[in-house]
Amino acid sequence: MAFRSHVLVCAGTGCVSCGSLKIGTAIERELDKHGLRNEIQVVNTGCQGFCAEGPVLIVQPDGVFYCGIQDKDVPVLVEEHLLKGRPVQKLMYTPPAAAAPIPMLAEIPFFAKQKLIVLRNRGLIDPERIEDYIARDGYSALAKALTEMTADQIMQEIKLSGLRGRGGGGFPTGIKWATCRQAALHRGVEPIVVCNADEGDPGAFMDRSIIESDPHAVIEGMIIGARAIGSSRGFVYIRHEYPIARERLQKALDQARDAGLLGTGILGTSFNFDIEVVQGAGAFVCGESTALMASLEGRVGEPRAKYIHTVEFGYKNLPTNLNNVETWANVPLIINRGAAWFSSMGTGEVADNPWNGSSGTKVFSLVGKVNNTGLIEVPMGISLREIIFDIGGGIPNKRTFKAVQTGGPSGGCLPEALLDMPVDFDNLTAAGSMMGSGGMIVMDDQTCMVDVARYFIAFLTEESCGKCTPCREGLRCSLDVLTRITEGKGEASDIGLLEEMGGVMQDACLCALGTSAPNPVISTLRYFRDEYDAHIRDHRCPAGTCKALIHYEIDQAKCDGCHACVTICSTGAITGQVKYPHLLKQDLCIKCGACIEACKRDAVLRV
Amino acid sequence: MARLTIDDLKQIRERAAPMLAVRTGTARAKITIHMGACGIAAGARDVMTALMNEIERLGLADVIVTISDCAGSCQREPMATVEIRHGAPVKYVNLTPEKILKVLRQHVLGGAIVVDSALAASCEITG
Repeated sequence: MAFRSHVLVCAGTGCVSCGSLKIGTAIERELDKHGLRNEIQVVNTGCQGFCAEGPVLIVQPDGVFYCGIQDKDVPVLVEEHLLKGRPVQKLMYTPPAAAAPIPMLAEIPFFAKQKLIVLRNRGLIDPERIEDYIARDGYSALAKALTEMTADQIMQEIKLSGLRGRGGGGFPTGIKWATCRQAALHRGVEPIVVCNADEGDPGAFMDRSIIESDPHAVIEGMIIGARAIGSSRGFVYIRHEYPIARERLQKALDQARDAGLLGTGILGTSFNFDIEVVQGAGAFVCGESTALMASLEGRVGEPRAKYIHTVEFGYKNLPTNLNNVETWANVPLIINRGAAWFSSMGTGEVADNPWNGSSGTKVFSLVGKVNNTGLIEVPMGISLREIIFDIGGGIPNKRTFKAVQTGGPSGGCLPEALLDMPVDFDNLTAAGSMMGSGGMIVMDDQTCMVDVARYFIAFLTEESCGKCTPCREGLRCSLDVLTRITEGKGEASDIGLLEEMGGVMQDACLCALGTSAPNPVISTLRYFRDEYDAHIRDHRCPAGTCKALIHYEIDQAKCDGCHACVTICSTGAITGQVKYPHLLKQDLCIKCGACIEACKRDAVLRV
Repeated sequence: MARLTIDDLKQIRERAAPMLAVRTGTARAKITIHMGACGIAAGARDVMTALMNEIERLGLADVIVTISDCAGSCQREPMATVEIRHGAPVKYVNLTPEKILKVLRQHVLGGAIVVDSALAASCEITG
């Protein structure tokens, strides 16, 4: 008997870490108990996106979305919904401040505003089954590209679609492919295609999720690309910290090879191509094209100057076409549905010139101080406000929005005034940030922008490979200055020094890690100069997070001596008798803030 | 897996179409079997099993079967609601395996309501 219902359990990294695999097994056990195993299928899918509410699952065909499922909920869920057909209200998603839960997936605002192209199969297929991918039109674009289109036609379609590199650079994919093929033809050598899955930005997990939820889409994209460029050899460079993604990718490659979709004579044609997985050790700089290729060859992952591009001299000096995971995953749909369909989404008229706008969609990982953290896909040109407030559900804990950081550690922080700006490659760059690979970190009013800049510069200082002086020394020097400012020891001349250092790095660094590294400092100086001034001139941290610049006090008039703060304080800094106002000893206080959270009468003050 | 040809891809897609209809929740017709305690006691499970076996036998990709709670008219169980996309839902009462197969053939596939077994049209949309 066919299955009448499917329970689609999220098995992305986020939900797996909350125990979703165990939930899946528990559901199967309960189904057995009720004799429903032949009627209902449990499927592990890739990331469904709503990571904030994990573990999540969808019951189809009913379209009911459940979240935060614990072991103890499983018997109720199976008996009520799957056996008796009564959806279980208390396990459904209730938006913050709403009275009633929303049963249907399609009606939850987090999902409703999204446009799924790259993530079209998320939550619908089992990423470990090639049949599921094929059922959703998988490999039909490849069939079309191999039998109905010439290499030139494929190239032309990608060019007309206006697809630009999703790894952050935003370079038009069609132009890159054409340049690579030309270089190969000119030199009479065979080019290489590479997929960059070395996603390393803090707070970014788009590429990981795409591979986890739909590995075959990336593989199909690469085969089509290889056919257009004329390559028979490809690599996926993936960091070893992504175990689930790596495992699924490897499994998908094996399946594709078995099915004759990789290897010799693909789909019965004369086209040959195969893909090898290479693990990176997790160096941030290896996401940079020349460093990645050095690492692929087994050398130290350091970039080189790029007056000669990797499309001409890349892996082992062969013409090498490098695209990011998300870029590759877009390719099959463009081939299947056409360039005009793709460019109808997004901004600008891109058919004549891909630099004129940003077509298609973009996947973002939405994290930080926002209610609905998770993985989202939206059309290019959507406003930051729609992303953060409609899809993201706004700022938690009744705080207010302060800034959003886009583009990873080398991106910039954008203030509230820019919330209505349409998000695309060029707007973000003009505002002093960048698209990057799509990390989006939301910050509330309790985030200190100087400290944020310090954090990102500290990350980049660790990750700088050290090959060129401006990056190696410029970052160290900037970090020293920023640390000094957050400790209240800043001087008026520091801001000029930071700006000068940023300028030198932008001009003189060897690779994009260095040239974009000053962005966190420059963008916070541009939009949040007053916070730097408050730290330097008034020795005050307006957000109240720089420990050296704040201390805690107990308001004697408000304190009713409940002892909650005394109990929670780990250093014994608070003393006092029950029912009498307490006292805080500054020399013992480590400023952890636990007392503020423990106090029910707002008697602890951060000053 | 054997090496695939372009025709194989098509066949896999066609075979998987009923599965996808369930997973995406999109189908031309949806038949809801009411599976409250009253329905189950009156034989709703046999009705559903017969229906699902027939759907599989006929290879119908665009008809999905789902269940819901008691429809509120316990003395008329087993009951089912048939919804053809863009059409009014129709409730069927006092069903047996034979009757539900007639509903499938005559209403879902043929487009004509089985008046003998129908309770009322448009009384409830199951969503």
